[in-house]
Amino acid sequence: MKSNWNDAPGGFHPASAHDFLPKAQLRQIQLQRLQAVVKRAYARQQLFRERMGERGIGPEDVKTLDDLSHLPFMVKSDLRDTYPFGLFCSPMEEVVRLHASSGTTGKPIVVAYTQADVEVWSQVMVRSFAAAGVHRRDVIQNAYGYGLFTGGLGAHYGAEALGATVIPISGGNTERQMMVMQDFGVTVICSTPSYFLHLAERAKELKIDFGKLRCGVFGAEPWSDAMRERIQAETGIKAYDIYGLSEIIGPGVGAECFRQDGLHIFEDHFLPEIIDPETGLVLPDGAEGELVLTTLSKQAMPMIRYRTRDITALNTEPCPCGRTIRRIRRIGRRSDDMFIIRGVNVFPSQVETGLLKVEGTLPHYQIILTREKGLDEMEVQVEVTPEVFSDKVRALEDLHQRLETAIEHVIGIRAKVTLVEPQTIARSEGKAKRVIDRRKL
Amino acid sequence: MKLRQLSLFLENLPGKLRGPCEALGKAGVDILAMALADTANFGILRLVVTDWARAKTVLEGTGTTVKVTEVLPVEVEDRPGGLARVLAAVDEAGLGIEYMYAFAAGARGGKKVVVFRFDEPDRAQAVLQAKGLKVLEEKEALGST
Repeated sequence: MKSNWNDAPGGFHPASAHDFLPKAQLRQIQLQRLQAVVKRAYARQQLFRERMGERGIGPEDVKTLDDLSHLPFMVKSDLRDTYPFGLFCSPMEEVVRLHASSGTTGKPIVVAYTQADVEVWSQVMVRSFAAAGVHRRDVIQNAYGYGLFTGGLGAHYGAEALGATVIPISGGNTERQMMVMQDFGVTVICSTPSYFLHLAERAKELKIDFGKLRCGVFGAEPWSDAMRERIQAETGIKAYDIYGLSEIIGPGVGAECFRQDGLHIFEDHFLPEIIDPETGLVLPDGAEGELVLTTLSKQAMPMIRYRTRDITALNTEPCPCGRTIRRIRRIGRRSDDMFIIRGVNVFPSQVETGLLKVEGTLPHYQIILTREKGLDEMEVQVEVTPEVFSDKVRALEDLHQRLETAIEHVIGIRAKVTLVEPQTIARSEGKAKRVIDRRKL
Repeated sequence: MKLRQLSLFLENLPGKLRGPCEALGKAGVDILAMALADTANFGILRLVVTDWARAKTVLEGTGTTVKVTEVLPVEVEDRPGGLARVLAAVDEAGLGIEYMYAFAAGARGGKKVVVFRFDEPDRAQAVLQAKGLKVLEEKEALGST
């Protein structure tokens, strides 16, 4: 095993050792952990035990990793139905932390961690940072929201465990973010990609650069490759994608390495499957479908076969970085992000890709769906930034036209583009809300 | 120095014009000339003000998209045919006018000022001056009120 500390970009962190395990050894660890976690959930999660009972199977039926496909799924509504503590597998004296989702649709979902869970979480975050070449000499500005949202504390603990200097600035207060970035010699930023774009715009307006900033670790919302290219071109930093969800652990389920070609899943802790979202059947490697994750080491709240709603594909090809853990393709869309308009399936990421084809536009956009006289209309509001604004009507009308054409090109139907004033679309300090559906179906 | 004009992006909605004007008022910036271009979708408000740099800062502080453009303030004789004479010079030189509007201030020595936005401001300035027409400096234009 390599032992050099990653004090320079491209170096190696000891916690990353599990990223490089021989396949056979990894599979063995996965099977042992899978059997243990199924046993634990069966003994302590009533819902899981009942569903296993309906299928006439028990923990002893998990003999190989392939047997996973016989186990029942968990879905988000299971967390709501058992709100707040119904899926906990540890007594409260062992639970050291609770997080909760924002609960935009009714009750929030609550997730729990034991001390060991928090430590696993920190380790996978260390591995995420290390994969992006972040090391202990880095100064990390953590602009994920601190609080019930897992992003802030997840990145925070990971950054500390890595040995880096972490600035717990949380989201919001753009001016202070810029000041801190300059004055504290920040080299790495963690935030949602849309919030970073917002910072980039402000920096441009204030005519300040990003100082020593070298890379960003961006997650918590789907974003497109086009958006990454734009961020990298506009700001000169490397933009890495990180994946996670509270139900599984928070950020740190998977992360990109320097190749930026898919996210390595830390599969010694989170076992990935891809299923057909319609039939629930497991799809072969490389096929596109819904990502299903099983927590292999979680104590307080194990999740067996949790349906993430994220659409991706598993890549088993060896990565040039040397990691043996598998990769998922970047998640540009979620199955529940998709909307259907005039019979066409549309994902917000497709609209984003269209918008980014037009020179100079930064994708602060929102999609508004309405129904008038039985006909669905799709409006895309795009903010007019100083870069694209012109004093000439013709130039703006031309921009308008090009935006409409670019969107039509990607999704195949015409959307009405409305140019709006800057800052009129709500900025996310958490996740960007891309679609507002006002249709009364 | 050519005259600097501010262009503001406005959504075409009731009340949108008020905000920027109020902000300028509070900051003590006077509007000397203005023109509003509107489409079904949006509007562009063009302003000549007493202190463009201060106005820009104030407006950007309110979240308005502002662009600074150089325009030519041309003296026009305040009599029938005065503007036509200028336009003849423009036309003969094959210059394109993007838009134009009048300074709000009254006549001064029998002259008025019309602001022109040309695609080729430098050539336009040379052409007009060669025809004996006066293109004001920024200082003169702002002081002329």
